[in-house]
Amino acid sequence: MTEHPVVIVGAAMGGLRTAESLRRAGYAGGIRMIGDELHAPYNRPPLSKDVLSTGVTHEAVAFPSRAETADVEWMLGSRAEGVDLDSRTVTTADGAEHAYRALVIATGLRPRRLPFPPTPGRHAVRSLDDAMALRDELVPGARVVVIGSGFLGCELAATATKLGCSVTVVTPSAEPMIRPLGELLAHELRTRLEREGVTFVLGAEVTGVDGAVSLADGAVLEAGVIIEAIGSDCNDDWLAGTGLDLSDGVLADNALRAVTTDGIAHDDIYVVGDIARFPNPLFDDVPRRIEHWNIPTDTGRRAGAVLGARLTEGFEDAVATPFAPMPSFWSNQFDIKLQAYGLPGLADPQGIRILEGDLGGEVAVGYHRDDRLVGVVGVGLKAALLPYRQQIAAGT
Amino acid sequence: VTVKIDVDMYQCQNYGQCVFEAPNIFHLNDDDKLEHLAEADESERANVENAVDVCPMQAIRIVE
Repeated sequence: MTEHPVVIVGAAMGGLRTAESLRRAGYAGGIRMIGDELHAPYNRPPLSKDVLSTGVTHEAVAFPSRAETADVEWMLGSRAEGVDLDSRTVTTADGAEHAYRALVIATGLRPRRLPFPPTPGRHAVRSLDDAMALRDELVPGARVVVIGSGFLGCELAATATKLGCSVTVVTPSAEPMIRPLGELLAHELRTRLEREGVTFVLGAEVTGVDGAVSLADGAVLEAGVIIEAIGSDCNDDWLAGTGLDLSDGVLADNALRAVTTDGIAHDDIYVVGDIARFPNPLFDDVPRRIEHWNIPTDTGRRAGAVLGARLTEGFEDAVATPFAPMPSFWSNQFDIKLQAYGLPGLADPQGIRILEGDLGGEVAVGYHRDDRLVGVVGVGLKAALLPYRQQIAAGT
Repeated sequence: VTVKIDVDMYQCQNYGQCVFEAPNIFHLNDDDKLEHLAEADESERANVENAVDVCPMQAIRIVE
């Protein structure tokens, strides 16, 4: 009897890294990748930057394909609608059924949208197609309102400003990027972004979007282009009714095995990327989702190694190997280059202080929880951050 | 057999993630600029491939 393939649902970075890792672990059987986008996996960070400001296409952002995964079966433009864990079958929107020997959940996130009827000129940026659609509208002189002031919103505001647009960022927050960075650095970064020409409306509540953005205080911001960057929701609808714990993404154990609401880990179901909520012993035993760029790669490698061992040999050793990925993220806004390690958002409010440099120039800000360094964010600094990264890794 | 490594220094933002994956190949100098070997022994291939994967700018390429 022919064995069913490993089915990876979600054909983006996390799914790709899982497939590569399965091969490195010695698994030579079938791998089927099911993804709703038509594009082969590509790098998303340029979507808010180079893809908007230059004419780059899919080839420029696509991940290189490797010989070891040349025989992976790609089913692009195919959306998973459901899964039956008992019969081990994924159903896609075209009605096809995909029997699997093991399942990898890598369906990631979709942009959260404001609850207003669709009108022309409204955008969100998650996919290459989203960025391409926005690119055509970011012309010099265009009035752009960005709703949301996280990293994505601020990067989009910077890129649109550089393209000659007039940009206002509207946010309920007291400062942009305040949740991950804290007030100290967030305030400094807002000052710098304002100096570059971005206008901020802070503490604002959006009450309507209809060719303009209406705020609760009665203000109306005219906008030819409205970009919603208010966060993301997990693509977990297709997992409803499976008994998996979907309380925030998909719960997984440290081996990235999916866990049910009864606390039972499935040896043949793995969770990878932004959608995975897993414990990281670098910090504590609390499972968290981490929406940082390195996580799809780190979790894909981990899931591929454990599942590969499951399908070949050495499963118990693979499960017992601790998995403690260092979260890291980057953000470029104008000439501001942010780089971070760890989870700054875990810091105590009074645990945020300058480690070196000066706030108005190049600076490293430390984020402490119970006096332990849990995150570091550098502005303009690179090599100087490495000792702090080590400190976070050492758990001291 | 050697692995040939090409880094697009225009793309490179000196984030230094490659340094963790392949410390024998990549290095951040005192000016925060990336330096790297142009060639490495075949035994470094897996490390260099990992470095390619973790570069947020996708600036590293193995020349086949």
